[in-house]
Amino acid sequence: MNDRHDDEKIPDRRRFLECMAWAGAGALWMMKGGVAHAGMLGSGNAAADATFRFVQISDSHIGFHQAPNPDPVATLRETIARINAQPQRPDFIVHTGDLTHLSKPEQFDTVKQILGEAKVDQVFCIPGEHDVIGDNGKAYFAHFGGGGVSGGGWHSFDHHGVHFISLVNVLNLQAGGLGFLGTEQLAWLQQDVAGLSASTPIVVFAHMPMWSLYPQWGWGTQDSAQALALLKRFGSVTVLNGHIHQIQRQVEGQVTFYTARSTAYPQPAPGRAPAPGPLKDLPAGQLHKYIGSRDVRHVRGSQAIAVTDIALG
Amino acid sequence: MFRRYLLLAAFALPMVAGAAPRAPGAEAAAGSSIEIRNFHFMPAQLTVPVGAKVTWTNRDEEPHIVVSTGNQFPASPGLDTGDHYQATFTRPGTYTYFCSIHPQMVGTIVVSKPLR
Repeated sequence: MNDRHDDEKIPDRRRFLECMAWAGAGALWMMKGGVAHAGMLGSGNAAADATFRFVQISDSHIGFHQAPNPDPVATLRETIARINAQPQRPDFIVHTGDLTHLSKPEQFDTVKQILGEAKVDQVFCIPGEHDVIGDNGKAYFAHFGGGGVSGGGWHSFDHHGVHFISLVNVLNLQAGGLGFLGTEQLAWLQQDVAGLSASTPIVVFAHMPMWSLYPQWGWGTQDSAQALALLKRFGSVTVLNGHIHQIQRQVEGQVTFYTARSTAYPQPAPGRAPAPGPLKDLPAGQLHKYIGSRDVRHVRGSQAIAVTDIALG
Repeated sequence: MFRRYLLLAAFALPMVAGAAPRAPGAEAAAGSSIEIRNFHFMPAQLTVPVGAKVTWTNRDEEPHIVVSTGNQFPASPGLDTGDHYQATFTRPGTYTYFCSIHPQMVGTIVVSKPLR
């Protein structure tokens, strides 16, 4: 199934679906047997019988200090507090990059400290391009590990029958290009999934979008098609990323892409401003409606992944 | 790119030795400034004489970095809003650079031979 909504105001952007980007409370998306269902929070019962759940947060930009959010430390801390206040503890939290604004040691220290306040067994992170400024990720990996044998930070793990893959698409970027995986990572991915049954649910984490969301603003990954080709045989592939600070969803065949909100500030919808960057002129007191976290639940047996975006306010 | 640069330098050096008069105003500050605004280097192509000091200024809320393709001049640190970076170009040639965290941003500096 292809889910294409042409935006009349931006006719050249065909493979793009703007959905509930500014919804106040929460929107729930579900994949069931390869078909996406939309609903409002509380309208379904998928959440209740989840096998497990985890939380995605993204784009905290610690070190940013301007409108519309001069204090991203506070909003990240609020986000973690909200996660801690939920009755059911998530199995883990994944941060999909841009933890910091400028890759400075004190910014990494602050993020690490705040993420340490989360009441979960594990928090793991993947880098965004703001986390690898000037050293191709050296300081990031020194703080958060994950460099592994390859040094590139990509890795995978299995959890309750789901195969999770963390990709890094912010290193060794090339002039004129987009996000980049590279041949070494693609070769690793090929090997990583080689032994898996096609019925294994796959969840992919990345920072930059893994489809051509809006290349004019750099919102895409130049060799993502090669990665997705390696995942083509799987019946259920869910790709969760950050980078663009707003909810966007795209379905291509059996692959569903979801971009997440930031915990710091929103960015404009594609093409709706001269350039990407912080959406500065938010109505007073409205910031919390534009930022937040994402709840992801897996329901064993029904092969369903339910994604719920929850605004901070 | 590097090979071409070397060739250009080889031809240019003898000329540098013989060139005495300076083109008036050739190194005026205004002509050696690049603004980074709305995820673009402005101007995207800048021509400067040999010896020019080029200054980049980030006018975006997003940080940017100036990185030479082929490492022909030193990379800037991450430039926050309002930060400057300078590089001096002592040899003629064409220098392509980009922002290593927003690689769709590409610019060119053409360093011209001194006027005779």
